[in-house]
Amino acid sequence: GKRMAAPAPDPQFTLRGAGSAVCALHFCSGAQGRPLLLSGSLRGLVHIWNLETRRPLAALDGHGGQCVTWLHTLPRGPQLLSQGRDLQLCVWDLAEGRSAVVDAMRLESVGFCRASILAEGPQRWMLAVPGRGNDEVQILELPSKTLVSCLKPEAGARLGMPMCLQLWQAESSPRPLLLAGYEDGSLALWDVSMRKLCSRAACHSEPVMGLALDPRRARGVSGSAEKALAVWSLEGQQALQVRGTHELTNPGIADLKIRPDSKILATAGWDHRVRVFQWRTMRPLAVLAFHSATVHCVAFDATGLLAAGSGDQRISVWSLYPPT
Amino acid sequence: MDPVASAVRLAVQEALHILSSSEDGGHIISTLRSLRRYLGETETQAPAEEQEEFSRTHFSTILRCLVGKLSPDWLDLLPDGQLEELWASFFLEGPADQAFLVLMESIEGAASPSFRLMKMAQLLARFLSAGRMAAVMEGQCGQQNYFPLLGEEVLRVLQAVVDSLRGGLDCSISFLSQVLGKACVHGRQKEILGVLVPRLMVLTQGNCLWQRVCWRLVERVPDRAMEAMLKGLVEASPGPEVLSRLLGNLVTKSKKAQFVMTRKLLFLQYSCSTPMLQSLLGYLAMDSQRRPLLVQALKELLETWGSSSAIRHAPLEQQRYISKALLICLAHLGEAELQASRDELLASLMEGVKSRLDNSLPPVRRLGMIVAEVASARLHPEGPPLKFQYEEDDLTREMLALAAPRPVADGPLEAGPPVAPVGGESPDQETVDSGGPQAGREGSDSELDSDDELVPYDMSGDGEQRSSKTPAYVRDCLEALTASEDWERWEAALRALEGLVLKSPAATREVSLELAKVLLHLEEKTAVAGFEGLRQRALVAVTVTDAARVAEYLAAQFYALNYSLRQRMDILDVLALAAQELSRPGRLGRASQRGPPGPGSQPSGATVPAWQAVVEERVRRKTRRFCKGSTGRAAAAGPNEFNVVAGYFFFPLLQRFDRPVVTFDLLGDDQLVLGRLAHTLGALMYLAVNTAVAVPMGKALLEFVWALRFHGDAYVRQGLLSAVSSVLLSVPAERLLADLPDELLEARSWLADVAEQDADEDCRLLAVKALLLLEKLRDRLLPLSSP
Repeated sequence: GKRMAAPAPDPQFTLRGAGSAVCALHFCSGAQGRPLLLSGSLRGLVHIWNLETRRPLAALDGHGGQCVTWLHTLPRGPQLLSQGRDLQLCVWDLAEGRSAVVDAMRLESVGFCRASILAEGPQRWMLAVPGRGNDEVQILELPSKTLVSCLKPEAGARLGMPMCLQLWQAESSPRPLLLAGYEDGSLALWDVSMRKLCSRAACHSEPVMGLALDPRRARGVSGSAEKALAVWSLEGQQALQVRGTHELTNPGIADLKIRPDSKILATAGWDHRVRVFQWRTMRPLAVLAFHSATVHCVAFDATGLLAAGSGDQRISVWSLYPPT
Repeated sequence: MDPVASAVRLAVQEALHILSSSEDGGHIISTLRSLRRYLGETETQAPAEEQEEFSRTHFSTILRCLVGKLSPDWLDLLPDGQLEELWASFFLEGPADQAFLVLMESIEGAASPSFRLMKMAQLLARFLSAGRMAAVMEGQCGQQNYFPLLGEEVLRVLQAVVDSLRGGLDCSISFLSQVLGKACVHGRQKEILGVLVPRLMVLTQGNCLWQRVCWRLVERVPDRAMEAMLKGLVEASPGPEVLSRLLGNLVTKSKKAQFVMTRKLLFLQYSCSTPMLQSLLGYLAMDSQRRPLLVQALKELLETWGSSSAIRHAPLEQQRYISKALLICLAHLGEAELQASRDELLASLMEGVKSRLDNSLPPVRRLGMIVAEVASARLHPEGPPLKFQYEEDDLTREMLALAAPRPVADGPLEAGPPVAPVGGESPDQETVDSGGPQAGREGSDSELDSDDELVPYDMSGDGEQRSSKTPAYVRDCLEALTASEDWERWEAALRALEGLVLKSPAATREVSLELAKVLLHLEEKTAVAGFEGLRQRALVAVTVTDAARVAEYLAAQFYALNYSLRQRMDILDVLALAAQELSRPGRLGRASQRGPPGPGSQPSGATVPAWQAVVEERVRRKTRRFCKGSTGRAAAAGPNEFNVVAGYFFFPLLQRFDRPVVTFDLLGDDQLVLGRLAHTLGALMYLAVNTAVAVPMGKALLEFVWALRFHGDAYVRQGLLSAVSSVLLSVPAERLLADLPDELLEARSWLADVAEQDADEDCRLLAVKALLLLEKLRDRLLPLSSP
């Protein structure tokens, strides 16, 4: 007979003490490979959580009380990049327990668009951030902070502001690509070195709030303010093609992530819920109704752990469908 | 060296030598006779210590030697079977345990039918019929594991019997049956059957000879042991299939067995576990000869189940038992068999359902509902399905599971717990086509597609979110509940109301009566999950916030025209819950923190109603207070908030119970509400502990109890009895004796009667509890009154 579905799972544990809404999450490994979770809060703090003791190791205050929207670590150092609504992108040195801003750069856009980084080589990184103009994306080289290119749609395109970015370089190709979701609901694929808009697809009718790409399948998914996810593919690395949409119970997706092993997709919902899908088939697997406010961000670590940060100031950590 | 031991050893060695080599009959017989001295049966006995030495160390050797000599020629060395008789006497008269062992050994060791095997089997029969087994057992009695050992021995004998049957020899095993019966009668079923059943289960599998031996074994168990044996077997068998293999058609052959299986275990006892019941009834169902018994059992079960007298007098546990047996029967019986006696069954069912639904005890009603649903679906499959509303719990689930039709054969067990997803290969092995990009085609790469085994969790709770329409103020809720045509808003208001009321007591008091009225009349206009609970909690919150006014209103509405029974019961529930909340210690501190001082602080003269003034005046005149404040529990540090308002909750409810109105007759058909009223009054009384009004409340409540004490409904009586206990707990002992001595005496004799004679177990228990409280009261007062 058919097995009864197991009751909705509970989080493995919860992290409290962020002090305000949790807007950004990022897993990294700390000293001796110990797993750490970084969270950015509405009040401008970055917390570093020890996942064994489940307590914050440190709280970094570098954004003048303004919301931290994006976090990323670089292997060197280790260094942490944090993006804040104070228009600063800070570079932190976290080695040996330090927590000092070693570098900072001024951003041009006040929007909510999160940056994206391509850290392929050990020394040179490529960073995509929203640019000065209303609709442009800047590509910078780190650590030199040189402006590599400025991606601006043609005059009549009316894409609106960029809302989410994803830099990406296929193994088979020397050229980095940028996927950008725009205010008008469309998704664009840019060839960064050629500064050329390769393809564009109208995926949503509302601003694209987040996107996630599965490079192995050359397929991705995006969410917006509306009640559906859009699944699309990159044909021949140049043509964006909408594959289908997936209807949701409630409108509003703030963030999406595909687990590194490409098995499952997690979405952060305005309806306070985290939704988990089987990525290949988009079959819904679980609805995690734990938070009591909007879920702003989700993140996976290499071992498959899922974290979700919410406006209820809590971070929930889940272990679902452990990878083998 | 011990001279005795060496003497015996020498003699034995010589004898063994002669026995193994001599062909002379006379020589042999004299040697055997000399050995018999050690068995102590002859006139010329050997000394006791020599006998002991012989039987401890040499007897089995001698026996083995004797077995070895057994042949037609050897026995014919002397005429008339003299030698054989002497030979056998060693086995029959020597130490029984060793003789038995050697016997079994030689029978087991015989490879094929032979002269020796036949002789040994005959000897075993003589051994058994001579009662030597008893001697074996006697020898074992000192040991701990006697009964399991006995079981093993029985198995050995059975094996021997089977072997000899194979060899074409007839055997009787009634002795073994008696042994088995005896052990069972002595209450050792678990021990002996725990050994026998697992082995027999294996041996009888697909082996007709073993099955026949087993059937014969149980058939020949004496009648007086039959019940013990059968009960043990039903318990020890893992299922009906095994039971059927072990028992065969015993129930059709033995009247006693039939009585035990179809009447005693079903109707006269109710001690079998559910698996036992399933085995028993499944056994009856497994053979066409036995199935008529199952139909008969169903008829009788249904008759008992439906008998109103049984419902009133049988313990609830037994009623559950009968109901379970009924459902199992129904699951086993086929359409045709049920149709054949459908009219008879339906008649019993309908009568039973009616009596059960009329009963005011919820478990009795629920049994009625479950059985009625299942039975009517089976008996009347073409009709519309019967569906009752009852809460699902372990019992209902268990019972409904019993009613599920049996699988035809016992299939393999369901797979175990969900398996963690296992990926086919590791991601490293993936080979990306370097020439071109991965196309998004599904099913293109096996590694990425190996995640089919991800099992979804339950997502039934994933509903639409509707928080946008939640009202923010109590008045908005009121407006939304009365006037709104927007059902989302209506539901949001209902969901938010309790929280808003508790958050803003002042705003609530402005509209408390209106709110109470709206909530009391609120109907579920759209399907709202948990509607009843939401409404009740909101009403309780309103009552707690503005206790005096709302409680008085609700209590007055209890006797008003044009309410449904449901609404009247709601009123009682809300009053009890609100009183409980108000009397909770520590509540006051929290309440005063969050708002301006409410009516809970101090009763002003203006708010004290007329009845209370009269009561208090009387209390003041008649009471000398010498132990002010010494009663009650240390835990309640703050004043009881219920104190000031208890009268509003309590007295209006007592006013008109004996005056029926057109739509509401407490002393007539609406006894369920009367029972609930009695329970509620008891609860209010209990919560009024340490309040000034407890004494008049207690007096009024005892009068109420007295008027209704012979009520025919058990639920009402239970309510009255718990009310008496509440009075005894809540009214200070001195005041009870001073103000209510006659009432107490009357109550006491009534309680004693109930405790002894009431048909309902819970009533008897409650009466005993109340009597104990009375006793305690007396004990507490006696030292006080003594100088």
